[in-house]
Amino acid sequence: METFDPAELPELLKLYYRRLFPYAQYYRWLNYDDIYIRYQSFNNQSELEKEMQKMNPYKIDIGAVYSHRPNQHNTVKLGAFQAQEKELVFDIDMTDYDDVRRCCSSADICSKCWTLMTMAIRIIDRALKEDFGFKHRLWVYSGRRGVHCWVCDESVRKLSSAVRSGIVEYLSLVKGGQDVKKKVHLSEKIHPFVSKSINIIKKYFQEYALVDQDILENKESWDKILALVPENILSQGHFYTLQQNFPKYHNSLQRWEYLMKAISLQDSTKNDKCGPCLEWEIMLQYCFPRLDINVSKGINHLLKSPFSVHPKTGRISVPIDLQKVEQFDPFTVPTISSLCRELDAISINDEGKEGNEAESDTKRRTRVSYKKSSVSPIINSPWIQPRMDQSGKLINLPANRSQIFIY
Amino acid sequence: MQFSRANWKRLRLTGDQRNVCYPHSLQFYLEPPSESISLIEFESLAIDRVKLLKAVENLGVSYVKGAEPYQSKLESEIRRLKFSFRENLENEYEPRRKDHISHFILRLAYCQSEDLRRWFIQQEMDLLRFRFSILPKDKIQNFLKDSHLHFEAISDDEKKLREPEILASSPSLSGSKTDWESESVYKIPFADALDLFRGRKVYLESGFAYVPLKDIVAIVLNEFRAKLSKALALTARSLPAVQSDERLQPLLNHLSHSYTGQDYSTQKNAGKISLDQIDSLSTRSFPPCMRQLHKALRENHHLRHGGRMQYGLFLKGIGLTLEQALQFWKQEFIRGKMDPDKFDKGYSYNIRHSFGKEGKRTDYTPFSCMKIILTNPPSQGDYHGCPFRHSDQELLKQKLQSYKISPGGIHQILDLVKGTHYQVACQKYFEMIHNVDDCGFSLSHPNQFFFESQRILSGNKDIRKESIQPETPQPKPGVQKAKDASSALACLNSSLEMDMEGLEDYFSE
Repeated sequence: METFDPAELPELLKLYYRRLFPYAQYYRWLNYDDIYIRYQSFNNQSELEKEMQKMNPYKIDIGAVYSHRPNQHNTVKLGAFQAQEKELVFDIDMTDYDDVRRCCSSADICSKCWTLMTMAIRIIDRALKEDFGFKHRLWVYSGRRGVHCWVCDESVRKLSSAVRSGIVEYLSLVKGGQDVKKKVHLSEKIHPFVSKSINIIKKYFQEYALVDQDILENKESWDKILALVPENILSQGHFYTLQQNFPKYHNSLQRWEYLMKAISLQDSTKNDKCGPCLEWEIMLQYCFPRLDINVSKGINHLLKSPFSVHPKTGRISVPIDLQKVEQFDPFTVPTISSLCRELDAISINDEGKEGNEAESDTKRRTRVSYKKSSVSPIINSPWIQPRMDQSGKLINLPANRSQIFIY
Repeated sequence: MQFSRANWKRLRLTGDQRNVCYPHSLQFYLEPPSESISLIEFESLAIDRVKLLKAVENLGVSYVKGAEPYQSKLESEIRRLKFSFRENLENEYEPRRKDHISHFILRLAYCQSEDLRRWFIQQEMDLLRFRFSILPKDKIQNFLKDSHLHFEAISDDEKKLREPEILASSPSLSGSKTDWESESVYKIPFADALDLFRGRKVYLESGFAYVPLKDIVAIVLNEFRAKLSKALALTARSLPAVQSDERLQPLLNHLSHSYTGQDYSTQKNAGKISLDQIDSLSTRSFPPCMRQLHKALRENHHLRHGGRMQYGLFLKGIGLTLEQALQFWKQEFIRGKMDPDKFDKGYSYNIRHSFGKEGKRTDYTPFSCMKIILTNPPSQGDYHGCPFRHSDQELLKQKLQSYKISPGGIHQILDLVKGTHYQVACQKYFEMIHNVDDCGFSLSHPNQFFFESQRILSGNKDIRKESIQPETPQPKPGVQKAKDASSALACLNSSLEMDMEGLEDYFSE
């Protein structure tokens, strides 16, 4: 992959917005008549295009639809200018898993820990679709170390902050910060959401946790796992025995099976909880998604727009195809610089010796559209489920949408 | 808003027609009443409901809600005050009508501040919860339907299809076969079941929550709370107009500061206390509010006006005569290097005034707990007020420690204070210093505290002549008591009718 130099950004952005940004799809996804930028407003797509090409924003965040045109918020009576609707959004960030991933930390990601995002998407998306009945869900790569989800159903956009918080609570199982060792506690009755999530995790656990993450590789790592086992299940004596015996096994997979056997032998006598609960609690702590409640509950909260360019990595925030979640590889997502180089290559090949030798790079690039670039298959895949009503008509909504362009 | 005195609209209903008005023993109070009643009845209905809500509060902190003995005690209280509670009883029209009208009257009184609203909503919710809990199963669906709550029960087939999921999700279902067969399950949009789904206490499928009947109650109550809260806010906006009506104003003010027991103004005990007993009485039999005032007076040889009023009237109530009071205050103030002449000129007049010997000769009554808690909060340099209400937690804790209350007792008291049950906290203090499990009374007046304490300490002598049951204040013709609304009423022509239809507008948008 070509390296990305943030210093090139201003120049690259110019080209990006001129030739690569998928205005038509973007506009359709927002599906609004007007889009307001910095309290300006646009009546149609071409006006938006022109403004974006003029401004070349460094960052685009999307906010709420307001009761009045945001550019007139000063003329509206105090308190009357209110956020009225906004998509339900989720932000899953890899740094929230630092306590359970051994390969990377902080902003770094690799193929070994990316599975966490795969599992998160599967678990959350299933719940949003099957439990809550949400139909229009868009999953997007954030550009660096996580994924976002946008839920755009009409009824969802009007949900109150309290209900949004409630949804996040429903989807949360891992609780506690640095000072809490055991972050997952299951009760006697296992709610269907929990059991279905565990079934999803089971598909990935062996490969992800026992091989890639190797969570029982050495003393340091298996002590962490043992710390999650309550003393009423394994006494001090049992712990000691396990620690003595672990080195006799060759890999995490064997040690895991040994540990599970040890637990189940003690379980029935001392524990009044369900049998496999402890095994699940450990799996959940290592694999279950961690959501940031603040992102989801606020109707005013801004979230980075799909198709923005991440300023630190240069990667485009591309949608993730739900049919191919396992195949998604964040490292093959195009960066703005790679796209521009691609455009150069295409234009040279296509146009041959046509055009003036003296023609500047910029001018040449502008004659070639994004349709031939590698971002094209991403854009053209059926990631947008257009919001249509019963008769098949695209639903247009008046929008007093706030969108902040940062430059 | 005019109260039309000319249009008497009396509803005269007979027999079955009356039952149509109130088909259920409980209601959500969605429609304000529209008949006319006398001012006397207006007041007595309101006072009865205040008594009921206070009983709800007291029982709620003393016993576990929903279990015995809470259930039977509350039922007997409702019965005693003649409010409605049970279906299938004969002659339910009057109690239901009383329930309906009194609720709306109290809205007028309790919408006025955040504290009052919160208290009112809490007690009304507890009352509704109780009534709902004793509603027979077959009546529930009808009640919900009549209250325009759209919860539809799912069919047995649908229930069977989801049996394992619903059983695994709802903590309120025990899992026994018989329970499951008889339990109705309702299908409602998930957003309407927020408190259930956020804690994963209900099964969700395709945007719907499958809620067993037991949990429907929680949802219904939340609906009720939201509606009542909104209604109170609306009522508060209309209040200035209501308060401008001279018939209503004293009454409504009195209600929300309402004390419905003895006023301790009669001087039955006059002369029985000697001044040198006061120091020891203050630690043994005074409630904390008066104990702290006495201590401050002794230490600073002075009290500001608020403290002098609250403490001075209390002393009158425990039996100090005017002469004793003058001596008591003068002695103390002089110790503070006050000039005796200045005392005579400035302070003795006020003391005589409070005994009804000066000016308009009103014999002021000692302050009730409600009055102390709700009015005239203390500022820097003041020692009046209610320590449970007005002291911050740390200070209160220290105070209780200095009174040698056990840590367990202090903890219980602080918990009650956190729940804003100030008088019950004071009862707890009473129980701790007298070493009894149950103080045996519902505290609403500092002099009551003193009286009950003396009773215990003297081994229950001399009590037969004293009446200890709280009484409804009877209108005392001829006696002018500015703060007593019943006498305010007595001054009014009791044949004046109240057209409640005029009030309807205060309750709706």
